[in-house]
Amino acid sequence: MTHKSIRIGGLTRVEGEGSLLVRARDGRVTDVELNIYEPPRFFEALLRGRDHTEPPDITARICGICPVAYQMSACQAIEAACGIEVTGPLRDLRLLLYYGEWIESHALHICLLHAPDFLGYDSGVAMAADHRHLVERGLTLKKAGNELVAALGGRAIHPVNVRVGGFYRAPARAELAPVAERLRRAREEALATVEWVAGFDFPDVEHDYRFLALHHPAEYAILSGTIAVSDGTGFAAADWPAHIVEEQVPHSTALHARLDGTAGYLVGALARYALNGRQLSPLARSAAEAAGLGPVCRNPFRSIVVRAVEILHACDEAIRIIEDYTEPQAPSIPAEPRPGVGHGVSEAPRGTLYHRYRIDGAGLIAEADIVPPTSQNQARIEMDLRHLVEPRLDLPEAELAALCERAVRNHDPCISCSAHFLHLHLDR
Amino acid sequence: MHAPIVIGIGNDFRGDDAAGLEAARLLRGMLPPEVPVIENEGDPAELIEAWTGVDLVIVIDTAISGAPPGAVVRHTVLGSSPAQGDAPQPPPTTIQYASSHALGVVDAVALGHALGRLPRELALYTIEGADFGLGAPMTPAVRHAVEETVATIADLVPQSSVRLRPS
Repeated sequence: MTHKSIRIGGLTRVEGEGSLLVRARDGRVTDVELNIYEPPRFFEALLRGRDHTEPPDITARICGICPVAYQMSACQAIEAACGIEVTGPLRDLRLLLYYGEWIESHALHICLLHAPDFLGYDSGVAMAADHRHLVERGLTLKKAGNELVAALGGRAIHPVNVRVGGFYRAPARAELAPVAERLRRAREEALATVEWVAGFDFPDVEHDYRFLALHHPAEYAILSGTIAVSDGTGFAAADWPAHIVEEQVPHSTALHARLDGTAGYLVGALARYALNGRQLSPLARSAAEAAGLGPVCRNPFRSIVVRAVEILHACDEAIRIIEDYTEPQAPSIPAEPRPGVGHGVSEAPRGTLYHRYRIDGAGLIAEADIVPPTSQNQARIEMDLRHLVEPRLDLPEAELAALCERAVRNHDPCISCSAHFLHLHLDR
Repeated sequence: MHAPIVIGIGNDFRGDDAAGLEAARLLRGMLPPEVPVIENEGDPAELIEAWTGVDLVIVIDTAISGAPPGAVVRHTVLGSSPAQGDAPQPPPTTIQYASSHALGVVDAVALGHALGRLPRELALYTIEGADFGLGAPMTPAVRHAVEETVATIADLVPQSSVRLRPS
């Protein structure tokens, strides 16, 4: 009887803590445990008793990489509870802000965290020594995203200009012109990035994913829409609790989400592309085709290509919005509280992010519920690891452990930021 | 560019990890207007962007090194920062930074080095933290250390500006 354990510990300093354990016996994987401790649980308690205007600013602090996602889902949930909807130029500005975050986040992940896996480096820093221009290109893209977020949000990280009902201040057309100019240059860099990552050597792996993502009839859904599932089903944001249920698992303080009673669905870039790829901008769509993605991509290692395509789409659409932008009459619309429950869903760079708030007549929050993408993907990541490891148990220890780390990073979970600093122990 | 820049790093929602940000806010009202004071919440790309082509950068961050809470250490990460107070320490290699994000100052320096985008001098003030709990307030010892560090840097920066001005 042979035993094998791969233990990856000490996932720290990002959004909580995590570790990875894979156990095998007699050639079969018996346990896969991706263990993540999630700060958002504490935030939900922190929100209780706060004013209904506060969640966008408080929840933005959950993540330094995707604060806009938290702000957008929070705003829309509160607005739904108040019975209002932000439309027109204010919605366009929200979408624009969100594109900025997508560019920032995807550029960071692709160029500093994910590409080293394909080029054989331990970290983005090590990769930069040999591929300076590629990392510089990533930083250039990220800077364009930062400038867009700063132009609308007041600063590049943790924007301060977002409020329930809209913004504290709307930008003048002239203020956005230089941002558009930067984005036009970034679009060229994004196209080059798609071509670059499409040429990587990808492991020949495919999974039969059950995808979930927002869908919007008129756009590649990021900001709002209904929830679509790849089996053809779907539901409205307000029905989220009836379909998505979180449960505790013995090995983790983090919750695992189930979709209609089944664990292991996937949110994020692959899901968005599979469900909404036809709605990408023409330039992004043709780049995806040239990159060989096809209408659906089930190889998680190719998710880096999808993210690059999404950067291109974000640049393209952001430029279009700026060119068409008309200044709103007021930077926000009133959001008077009333007793009720509101649901908000948007597409964070890492996947679908759900917020629910129950507020009372005085506008105080009685209940808050936040379901982040990484929580939803945990079970699926464990399934990926199981399928990946079992036929490769004879690989050398270091190679197997590295493959596990790559499989985790494919999904860009919040813990991926620290994954390059893992301490690895392999016990037989 | 002759004026130094000051960067405070931290996270307002992580107890003592807010020390660098708080120091930056206090310094903004005390330093000459030509000295940029930047609050950074853990983005190494922003750090590199901010200090590229700059002569002197002063960074304030929280650290966990095993020292008593509130202990302040000045590290000369790059160049020969002007003497002020205690003798400078060598560049840190083993300090565990209290950043709640992916990369710390040391990583940003390494990346800046690889890209050829470093300032000429970089002085890092670390303040030993004690409590990094979500939503926790800064502990009194760390708050006191922030005020001390701010006073030190407020004295230091005008001298640095003079020193760095070409004769």
